[in-house]
Amino acid sequence: MSGPDAVDLLRQMLRVRRLEEKCVELYSAAKIRGFLHVYIGEEAVAAGVLSALGPEEAVVATYREHGHALLRGVSAGAILAEMYGNVEGCCRGRGGSMHLFDAATRFYGGNAIVAGGLPLAVGLALADKLAGRPRVTACFFGEGAVAEGEFHESMNLAALWQLPVLFCCENNLYAMGTALGRSESQTDIALKAAGYEMAAWAVDGMDVLAVEDTARRAVDAVRAGGGPHFLELRTYRFRAHSMFDPERYRDKAEVARWQERDPITLLRTSLAGSGDLSDADWEQLQADADAEIAAGVAFAEAGAPEPVADLERFVYSEAGASGSSGAAGSRP
Amino acid sequence: MKSSYREALRAGLRDALQRDDRVFLMGEDVGAYGGSFAVSLGLLEEFGPERIRDTPLSESGFVGAGIGAALGGMRPIVEIMTVNFSLLALDQLMNNAASLLHMSGGQFHVPLVVRMTTGAGRQLGAQHSHSLEGWYAHIPGLRILAPATLEDARGMLWTALQDPDPVLIFEHGSLYNVQGELAEDAGAVDITTAAVRRPGTDITLITYGGTLPLTLEAADRLAGDGIDAEVLDLRTLRPLDEATILAAVRRTRRAVVVDEGWRSGSISAEICARLGEQLFYELDAPVARVCSAEVPIPYSKHLELAALPSAERVVAAAHGAVGARG
Repeated sequence: MSGPDAVDLLRQMLRVRRLEEKCVELYSAAKIRGFLHVYIGEEAVAAGVLSALGPEEAVVATYREHGHALLRGVSAGAILAEMYGNVEGCCRGRGGSMHLFDAATRFYGGNAIVAGGLPLAVGLALADKLAGRPRVTACFFGEGAVAEGEFHESMNLAALWQLPVLFCCENNLYAMGTALGRSESQTDIALKAAGYEMAAWAVDGMDVLAVEDTARRAVDAVRAGGGPHFLELRTYRFRAHSMFDPERYRDKAEVARWQERDPITLLRTSLAGSGDLSDADWEQLQADADAEIAAGVAFAEAGAPEPVADLERFVYSEAGASGSSGAAGSRP
Repeated sequence: MKSSYREALRAGLRDALQRDDRVFLMGEDVGAYGGSFAVSLGLLEEFGPERIRDTPLSESGFVGAGIGAALGGMRPIVEIMTVNFSLLALDQLMNNAASLLHMSGGQFHVPLVVRMTTGAGRQLGAQHSHSLEGWYAHIPGLRILAPATLEDARGMLWTALQDPDPVLIFEHGSLYNVQGELAEDAGAVDITTAAVRRPGTDITLITYGGTLPLTLEAADRLAGDGIDAEVLDLRTLRPLDEATILAAVRRTRRAVVVDEGWRSGSISAEICARLGEQLFYELDAPVARVCSAEVPIPYSKHLELAALPSAERVVAAAHGAVGARG
């Protein structure tokens, strides 16, 4: 990885960090309601994996997906307007924080049922395989999903049918408040995946360069017909599970230890040390990210709620919708 | 031509597979075994394992994969062996198939068709015999079909595949061996309207799916008693064809709803409620119901029969309604 690419990864992580910090602020100001789960601490995972994907690929994510949506190309404005519940949101305010979708970037959620997105990813990949399209579906889920039956059903189907799926397990060690060791008899998740005859690699999820490099090799292998691949990305959530979480299940010293490996600080320090990032560069990155998020907030603030008369729209497709692309006229 | 209900379903599948390359069939034992109820017998040899796709026993996994494939531009037909097993896939059917269009603000259509067997009458006990289509009809975003005739068995599938939204087709297990005449040129049928299967003027018997034959039998017996009963086949349980239901009962002013589902919280309860809401002052008698007893369906033959709707019970309910004074 050369300097400029690493700086770009730093930029992507910083954009997510700033978006999430703003979400917390807006939640506290009661601009955003419902459940809100932020990705602070885990940015290297989405930044590294998504930079290895092309625009033709599909992404399936979880309810902690603001960053994935942003890095996939959904604007901060469309994301924030969604959380404001406004019609300018990426789902017209019908999804909210946990259900961001975007057909134009093939972003398939925003899935708030743990492990519920894995079968969708298998099906998207099956469609590609049947149609002979050499593209990849990347599926993100937490280590909590590994205890669900849908995880095992999906792993088996993908491996059995050799489908082009990249499974990305964001192992942040806690399923809400339940530590991995309190929920799994076997805590080596990559080992579990390997049991399905699938190439499975564990990666330091705080090192965005390692994530990017591994993801790129995995995506290349999947796209070349190598069947599903599995990445266990070992990371940590710096903030509470949601805005309602008093964090009784972990101690502050543990959080502090992980914060010493903040993925943004790690890369920034490394790039500064190698002379690839000046103080002025860093200031500029921050200013750019702040400006982008501020513009997003302004867009959301200027939005309007959808008329209540439209409440019952989008339960069934409206006349003229063919569903022929499966994506409302966007790329199939 | 002579056809069974099973053969009519198979003809519909073959037709869809021939007409649209995006269509494929996926489910447990649909291929090498020939279908657990032999509906897809021979299709593996005709269309190959990519399009007649045997799955592991992973209802949630392969139903979810069907949803994903539909999102990806295919037209999957997913077969679930029985409605009881579909509960293992309820997360995918409810939280994804039925909700994605709305959650995404209209961006993601799910053109998925799911077929499954429903109903009792074959001494299979509580885990293979329930009629849960009424449950599914509770869910906004789904279209629920119950083909009761050879024409509908043959023709509903293609129309369902043209629907941009998820469609669930419930095939009653007692119908597979029903034999009858099917036109050589039988093809796609409408999936939005209820149908009058027998005209009549004194009372409307409203039913669907597996209870249509016994309801027609009841109407014949009632004719012998001097009661001219109309039989209305709902065909589509969601969205309900309310206009046809109301028009029928407005004519006869009396109704019996026959439903193999349990009475409490059922599709029959929904129909009774709508008749009460909209025709209260036009009815000559309270709307009666014939439903299954509220027990898990038992194995032993005499208990199973006692639990299920029968022509005798429909006749008795109709006599009660006609005898009542408005």
